Amino acid sequence: MPPHDIPHDNFLQDSAPLGRADVETRRALRVGIGGPVGSGKTTLVGALCALLRDGLSIVVVTNDIFTSEDADALSEAAALPTERIVAVETGCCPHTAIRDDIAANLDAVEQLEKLHGDVDLTLVESGGDNLTAIFSRGLVDVQIFVLDTAGGDDVPRKGGPGVAMADLLVINKVDLAQYVGSDVDRMLSDARDRRDGRPVIPTSLVDQSGAREVAEWVTAQIAARRR
Amino acid sequence: MLIDGRFPAGGHTNSAGVEAAARIGDVRDDATLERYLIGRLATTGKVDAAFCAHVAALTDPTDALLAEIDAEYSARVPSPKLRDASRRFGRQMLRAGSTVWSGPIVDVVARSPSGAHQPVVLGAFVAAAGGTPHDAAALSFHHLAAAVTSAAIRLLGLDPMTVAAAQARVGREVDQWMVDADSWATAPVAELPACGGSLTEILAEDHGRWDARLFVA
Repeated sequence: MPPHDIPHDNFLQDSAPLGRADVETRRALRVGIGGPVGSGKTTLVGALCALLRDGLSIVVVTNDIFTSEDADALSEAAALPTERIVAVETGCCPHTAIRDDIAANLDAVEQLEKLHGDVDLTLVESGGDNLTAIFSRGLVDVQIFVLDTAGGDDVPRKGGPGVAMADLLVINKVDLAQYVGSDVDRMLSDARDRRDGRPVIPTSLVDQSGAREVAEWVTAQIAARRR
Repeated sequence: MLIDGRFPAGGHTNSAGVEAAARIGDVRDDATLERYLIGRLATTGKVDAAFCAHVAALTDPTDALLAEIDAEYSARVPSPKLRDASRRFGRQMLRAGSTVWSGPIVDVVARSPSGAHQPVVLGAFVAAAGGTPHDAAALSFHHLAAAVTSAAIRLLGLDPMTVAAAQARVGREVDQWMVDADSWATAPVAELPACGGSLTEILAEDHGRWDARLFVA
């Protein structure tokens, strides 16, 4: 039967606006962490977990091509038990899995939050992708986009949804800038030009304390949501 | 909408066994892909289409009836990993579809204690959308064919033009389903086709144990 023949009263007429019914009642803040391959997303996730795990119940959904070695590395860095980390298969399309068809991620997030019950913070790490990737608002409440100085200092100027619209932009590996000829000040000012006042934080995640400012931003988001 | 690759039900993470078949060399080019798709349609594809058409025709869906259908379908999928994947895709389709369609059949399926299998959920939404068992069988074909072909294009870099042509050719092989759908609609559920492929099940079990996967199944 062609779609235009579908009886109209079979569509929901008077339900609430489409979207997550649980958005008001849910406890956990869902934070997306995206960015190009190698920019430091997994390292940031590990550092955030390590910095925040004492005060918060955290779970992680990762969209990377994920092996048990990665799981071990992440659980070691994050000191999270492996039952708090789930890998989602993305069918070779990491951006689709966080933006166009979030079903697999949403399912994993909901299962994890249900399993652990008391979750305060759900981190969803995207697979490494290009600058056009962005998380759907149906999947996360806020999102962080991670760039690195070694990926080229013209990247913030190129813009794209991640650079322009992410709630927080992290420019990582500032310690490497001098070795790769990147101008960090230019990256920061180009980024700020594109972001309409939204924050940009330079980091160096060679040790986990480098993520402290990002962790404070996440904590503030959780507080703001509960207010 | 239900089988559109852009419908957000997680279909893009299903390779319908192609990821595992590609690793053992069973699918490696256009010709082997076409052969694989024909094989799937003659086995698990037919089982799925039959259950989908059967559910689409239910006039008085009850919890007991759905439990029986669930048991009969589960018995046709020996691989636990494949059964898990089927329920996962069912859950995802239920979430996405419930934002668009509603009805008694959707309510009953949503109440399934262990979560309904994907062909059952697809059949329920076909019914809720006012479709026929014929529509259900056709959508079931497209669902499988799209999963197989798009996964092969992504995993092997095959030419999407020639793959589309192969998909159209293979579609003619299942014209008979349009006739079968009438009998699937009325047959006792225990008598629906039970012709799953053993290699599909074995490969799915192996695939589920890989250390790194790109697709759920």
